[in-house]
Amino acid sequence: MADHSISTISIRDCRIRLMRGGAGAPLLFLHGGGGVGIWLPCMAQLAKKFDVIVPEHPGFGASDTPPWLDTIGDLANFYLDFLDQLDLSGVHLVGSSLGGWVAADLAVRNATRLASLTLIGAAGIHVKDVAQVDGFLSGEEQRIRDLFHDQELAEAVIAGSQRPELEDAALKNRMTTAKLSWQPRNHDPHLCKWLHRIKVPTLLVWGDHDRLFPKDYAFAFQRLIPGAKAVIVADCGHLPQVEKGDVFAAELEAFIGAMRIAA
Amino acid sequence: MKFFNFHLMPYRHADLDAIAKNGSAWVTFSNRHYDPQKGAELYHDYLDQMEFADKLGFDGVCLNEHHQTAYGMMPIPGVLAGALARSVKRAKLAILGRALPLLNNPLMVAEEYAILDNLTRGRLVAGFVRGIGAEYHAMGINPAYSQERFAEAHDLIVRAWTEPGPFAYVGKHYQFKYVNPWPRPYQDPHPPIWIPSQGSGSTIRWAARMRYTYCQTLSPIAAVARFFQLYRDEADKAGYQASPDQLAWSNTIYVAETDETAVREARPHLEALMNYFLKMPTEMLLPPGYTDPVSMKRVRAAKVTGKPQSIEDVIKAGVVIVGSPNTVREKLAEYQDLAGFNTSLTKTQFGTLPADMTRANMTAIAEEILPHFRDRRPQGARREAAE
Repeated sequence: MADHSISTISIRDCRIRLMRGGAGAPLLFLHGGGGVGIWLPCMAQLAKKFDVIVPEHPGFGASDTPPWLDTIGDLANFYLDFLDQLDLSGVHLVGSSLGGWVAADLAVRNATRLASLTLIGAAGIHVKDVAQVDGFLSGEEQRIRDLFHDQELAEAVIAGSQRPELEDAALKNRMTTAKLSWQPRNHDPHLCKWLHRIKVPTLLVWGDHDRLFPKDYAFAFQRLIPGAKAVIVADCGHLPQVEKGDVFAAELEAFIGAMRIAA
Repeated sequence: MKFFNFHLMPYRHADLDAIAKNGSAWVTFSNRHYDPQKGAELYHDYLDQMEFADKLGFDGVCLNEHHQTAYGMMPIPGVLAGALARSVKRAKLAILGRALPLLNNPLMVAEEYAILDNLTRGRLVAGFVRGIGAEYHAMGINPAYSQERFAEAHDLIVRAWTEPGPFAYVGKHYQFKYVNPWPRPYQDPHPPIWIPSQGSGSTIRWAARMRYTYCQTLSPIAAVARFFQLYRDEADKAGYQASPDQLAWSNTIYVAETDETAVREARPHLEALMNYFLKMPTEMLLPPGYTDPVSMKRVRAAKVTGKPQSIEDVIKAGVVIVGSPNTVREKLAEYQDLAGFNTSLTKTQFGTLPADMTRANMTAIAEEILPHFRDRRPQGARREAAE
């Protein structure tokens, strides 16, 4: 039995694809530059307790590419419209990588509909003197290898990525990712000035072997967002929600649970 | 046909093994490999060759712009054009071209070209390009905005040349309260605009509609013929008949006494160009957004950056012309008639070709080829077939 639905929704002039499953407090998951991907096991796990909502960003995959889409700020404002239109409140906002950047930017702009913020291997700031791979210069296979700590998993993902029907979406995703993050590369130099305005409980989940945004980034976000909690996942690369889905889901549930007790 | 001496100004002393090890001579190939003593010598050799081309009777000399690469040492071509503006006395001076999207201030190209046009008293050819993908890695410019920035910068520069200033310009990427560049161009209304491209359909159609001379970069002659036909067809649609003078083919020519000698002499230098200086990964050549997904898929499917090419491969494909004077004359006439161009942008130096061989090649081309094509225009049924 399907534990989630797939639909298309229009927010003002822009149609996007949406995966949604479960019931409970809303949990909005914002994907990274690689695209929305599949309904992950961790999403199924979280759907037992939450209303898990996984949109495909404007400019990605099956969603429209609106003419107004130029910056991460445009996406942040789009998702504020999205929250208004769906009239969601008490939202647990989760963002991975580029989606984490959108989530942090959104939370700085307007957190009134948010209950918590979770950043996973997030972009958006720049930390000096940290070696990072250049995903725009590596070949397709190397790009996938760099995402994971477990190279057997990487090889399996590579094998699954060789399908021609995925090529159009992959090219579209990369083009939009470039548009949003090429320069300044993967960050907004002004975002770090305002992250202190994030007042909702914030969780930072990072793989201890993240080659794109190494864990120094988690610690930098922790310094910038008051009271943020950092969880470093062992034996894990850039995508804990994929590579260590159980750990990720358990950490997120525990964080939200502890938050409720504290409240 | 008109002949332009096109120089890439490669750092021809580059360690080819080091390039192979790095995977490319571009962007990530460390400038530790650049020796300023040798580089200075090369700049003077190359500028001497341009001046020599002028004396030999070439109709023009061409410079271009590439960044952070041993492939070509002309990141700021205007500096070298400035050095040539007074020493090249007769030939046209073409910059093919400045890469407009890389600029944060396109007015500086309006100014630079206007100065060169004044210095040469109207011998400047103003080339505008988007730059190849590698430039976007090298210069920190977002490739997804390449086409938007090119269109805006082009419009701004042409307006700056043709509309009395000051006026205000407000675009998406560029904004100016005062557009009022001094000097104005020497040529009226502005220097001829030439558009080099690797064969992008949208660029070809746009150039045809604008009546700009279209320059096809390094490509097999059959592809060149198709691209030029697309230009003529688009001109027809725009309500005029394109002249062969609006079409320029960028090639490489090497002439020696016999075909065998020519191939033997050119081989290492041409193969160094094809397999070392030009080589780059697809991700470097085509960053996301640089071109539309359809073209991106076509290029990826063709795996253009893949296997090594021999001199025989590129001769056979009609990318280059190498041989005895007779062979070169025959091939060039055949290609001119096939593709219908009336300007040859000819690299007489290529890859690692040293100065003495370059000068011998230039002399042979000037003596054995140029006179036979001086009054020759494309012949045959091509134009009629297109109608």
